[in-house]
Order: sequence, then structure tokens, then C-alpha cells
Amino acid sequence: MITGFVALYIFMLAAFTGYEIIGRVPAILHTPLMSGSNFVHGIVLVGAMVALGHSHGFWQTLIGFIGVVLAAGNAVGGYVVTERMLEMFKTSKD
Amino acid sequence: MGFWDFTVQASYFVAAVLFILGLKRMGSPKTARNGILWAGAGMVLATVVTFWHPSMEAGFFRYFLIVLAIAIGGIGAWISGKRVQMTAMPQMVALYNGMGGGAAAAIALVEMYSGAAWTHGTGVLALAILGAIIGAVSFSGSLIAWGKLEGVDWMKFSLPKAHIINGVVAAASVIVGLMLLTADDPSVFMITLLLALTLALGVLVTNPIGGADMPVVISLYNALTGLAVAFEGFVLSNPAMIIAGTVVGAAGSLLTLLMAKGMNRSISNVLFAGFGVEDGAQAEGPEGEMKSVEAFDAAASFAYSDSLIIVPGYGLAVAQAQHKLWEFVQALQKEHDVDVKFAIHPVAGRMPGHMNVLLAEAGVPYDLIFDLEEINSEFPNADAALVIGANDVVNPAARTDESSPIYGMPILDVDKAREVYVIKRGKGTGFSGVQNGLFFGENTRMVFGDAKQVCTDLAAGLKQL
Repeated sequence: MITGFVALYIFMLAAFTGYEIIGRVPAILHTPLMSGSNFVHGIVLVGAMVALGHSHGFWQTLIGFIGVVLAAGNAVGGYVVTERMLEMFKTSKD
Repeated sequence: MGFWDFTVQASYFVAAVLFILGLKRMGSPKTARNGILWAGAGMVLATVVTFWHPSMEAGFFRYFLIVLAIAIGGIGAWISGKRVQMTAMPQMVALYNGMGGGAAAAIALVEMYSGAAWTHGTGVLALAILGAIIGAVSFSGSLIAWGKLEGVDWMKFSLPKAHIINGVVAAASVIVGLMLLTADDPSVFMITLLLALTLALGVLVTNPIGGADMPVVISLYNALTGLAVAFEGFVLSNPAMIIAGTVVGAAGSLLTLLMAKGMNRSISNVLFAGFGVEDGAQAEGPEGEMKSVEAFDAAASFAYSDSLIIVPGYGLAVAQAQHKLWEFVQALQKEHDVDVKFAIHPVAGRMPGHMNVLLAEAGVPYDLIFDLEEINSEFPNADAALVIGANDVVNPAARTDESSPIYGMPILDVDKAREVYVIKRGKGTGFSGVQNGLFFGENTRMVFGDAKQVCTDLAAGLKQL
């Protein structure tokens, strides 16, 4: 388990990383970036897979199944719309 | 540590690095496209190795279910994501985000129903419960946000004494959460009750918020989903979830603050008071004569200017006029050698950067597009400014009139340009309900009509010169 102060340190450092990453972003990219960060929390898919992977009984399995469907939607949908938006950004030199 | 355990952990590490580098690359227009590819590679890697995760129990049926669920969610999202219009992007992001929140809540439920959440100590249990609450609120709240922006009628309702009901449901959620935290032998009933309460809470909290504030709410739910994912990552001892979730939680919180600041609203203001509430009283505004001209005359004036700054608003996108506008601008640049720039207010469109996406879709290169801070000093030197479908973001009252509801909001100083042209459907006010003094200005000319039609007429006008 990742517990106690080690957990706290990881949380704190990751939070600073997220804060720093967005601090220097021009406003023109805010929408794609919101969408991109939405894609990144699609990593919940791996957790949902594990939850379904060790669920027992009908109800746990059903909830786990719904969780994986939702998480896959988050990851794939987030990727597709972010990619579509970013693909359109080009300069007049291109 | 066995071979597969090592492989899984190493892959999660690589995925976390790819997520952070990917997000960083998304922060600059040059590398942004590349950034999503990096993050995408991390996601595929993490997903594939998870089939060999040590916590997975064997069984063909189990693996079949996982693959089936990924296929259902993935294919559905792929098709909807490819089809969605760029103007509908904010609500689509809300929908995908809600799904992530729902998934985090589902993980918490499985761990709680099985009792596993009670085996790791109070700290981890608290995170499991907190993740369940946040995830469920984000799930149902995002669905309501989606429904509001999409205009889904059956989702519309209003409750009497909404803030009292909200308070009761919120308090009940906290109490049930605390009871679960201190329970030795958690009952299925209590866990289900927590789920029901928190799902209701998301609906109730989001429902009274006006459509104009919805982008801030979507961004807030995005950050909350990130947090919920991180918390469930602690429950499952999954570092990839912890790091990716926390990074998104922090980045999303900052993004939410930036958005609210751009709209001159505080987060608590957005959440606890609808913009429409005080609008009942008609604000007194400047009056006078609006001077209207034909598109042809405006086109002629632009053709003989040296510099033109265009301010596009959401009205431009609603009219789907961005392609016609870009055709007109290209003609101005090539045949009349006019220096054309686009000025974008932080909240143009439905969320920050939305207008940039809409212009990019029409083929406008991003080096012609400028932020408020970059361009405001250039208006006094511009021969002409053209406002299309924007209103409140160019209202000088935000600078001068302390009694105005939009006082203090940063605006584009369009009124300082030598000549101002405004394309507008009619004589109405913006969503804040405030009359705009710019439209009555000495140097302002109004071109009334549908934005797409006017842009077509402008281009036709150029050809007649």
C-alpha cells in the first residue's frame, strides 16, 4: 500500500506538477487542454479493469462492468475530441 | 516482485511520465498535437499491461467481460467523438468527464461492497468514501451540465427552496459517509444510500446554475473527477491513477480559477447564485441613435484601411459564419494588403479557447489570433475594428460604470479604434442584460443581419470595388 507520509508526498508533488504545467499555457489552448486533461483522468480505466477483475457476485460484477464501460468512454472519447481539436491548430507558414 | 508485477509497475511508471510530458506539450500550439499522441501512447500501454495485473483473478469469463465493456464504452465514445460538432465541444467534454467520475465511483462501490475498503486502515477507507462521493457528484452533475448546454428538455426542472433541499442532501451525504467510515461491519444498505444521496446531490447542485456559467462548472467537475481518480488510486495502490488523477485535479482547479477570473465571477458565486437571479430588473443603459450601414459600405471601408482587428463572439459560431469570415479576410489580405488580426476575449465562445478552436476549424492560422492582454494596446492604432456576434466583452461600461453588473470584467478596448463596425442580429442586449454603450458611439457603425449572410455580403462587396 502507498500510505502515510509517502502518499502525502506523492500527492503534493503531483499537485505541484499539474499546477506548473497549466500555469504557462496560452488561453488559446485552454479548451483543448481541458479536454486533454479530461482524457488523462481516463486512466481510471485501469482501476475499473482491476475492480471488475476481482469482483465477486452479480452486483459487484455489474457495477464493475458499468465502471469499465464508463471509463473506456472517458478515455476514448477524451482522446478523439482532443486530437480533433489540436489537429486544426496551424500557423500561416504551414 | 514477480515478472508480471514488475512489468505492470514499470509500465505504469512510463505511462505516468508520458501523461505529464504529453500535458506539458499540449501547453504550446507547436507541440500540442504531439502531446496528445504521447498521452495516448501512455494510456494504451497502461491499459494493455493491466490484463496481467496481480490483483486480476483468472477466468475466461472475467476477461471476456472486461474486453466487452471496453469495446462498448470505447466504440460508443469513438463514434460520438468523431461526429460531434465543434460548437458542441463543451458539453461533449462534460459527458466524457462525467463518465470518468462515474467510473471512479464504481471502483469505490466494488471495493466497499466487497469489504476490501475496510482492510487497509482508516486513511485509505476515508479516501475510498471521499472518492465515491466526489465521483458520483461529478457523474450526475456533468450529465446535467451536458443536458443544459445541449438543451435537453426533460432534464429541465426547478425546485422550491432549492438551497434548503441541497443543504439537507449534502449534510445527509456527509453523515452517511462518516457512519460508513466508523462502521465495523458496513451494511449494503448504507453504501447504496450514500450512492443515491451523492447522485442526487450532483443533480441538485448543478441544476440551478445558468447556461452561461456552465463552462466553469464543467471545468470544476473535470478537476473533481481527477481527484476522485487519484483517491481511488490510493485505495487500489495504483500509482498511475494517483499521479495522473492528482495532476489533473491540480491543473483543472487552476484552469477553473482562470476561467472564472476571465468572466469576472468567483467560484462560489457561480455555484451558489444564478446569474439570472438579479437580472429581473432591467439595467439602465446608455441610449441614443445607432448608426447602421450596409455591408457593402463596411467592406469598402475595410479595403482602404491599413489595419483591421476582428473580435469574434459566440454569435459568429452560432451562425456558422467562421468559414465565410475567413474567406473575406483572405481577400482583404491578398488583394488589399490589409493587416488583419483576430482578438479573442478569454470567455469568447462557451469556454476559454473555444473560439480559437472554432476559428482553427475554419482554417484561421493561430499566429493571427491574439489574447486580450496582447492586443488591447493595439486598438488605438487600428484603422478599424469589426465586432461579430460579441456584446458584453466589448462593453466599455465594464471599465467606467461602477453600477454595471459587468463592472470590472476585463474587456477588449474596441471603442478606442478609429472606426468600429458591429455585426449584430438585432438591437437586443447580451446575456448579462446590459445595454452596450459601444453601439451608440460616435465612431460606431452597425451592420444588422445574420453573421453568415453579412460575411457573404462583405466578400461580395469587396469584389465590386
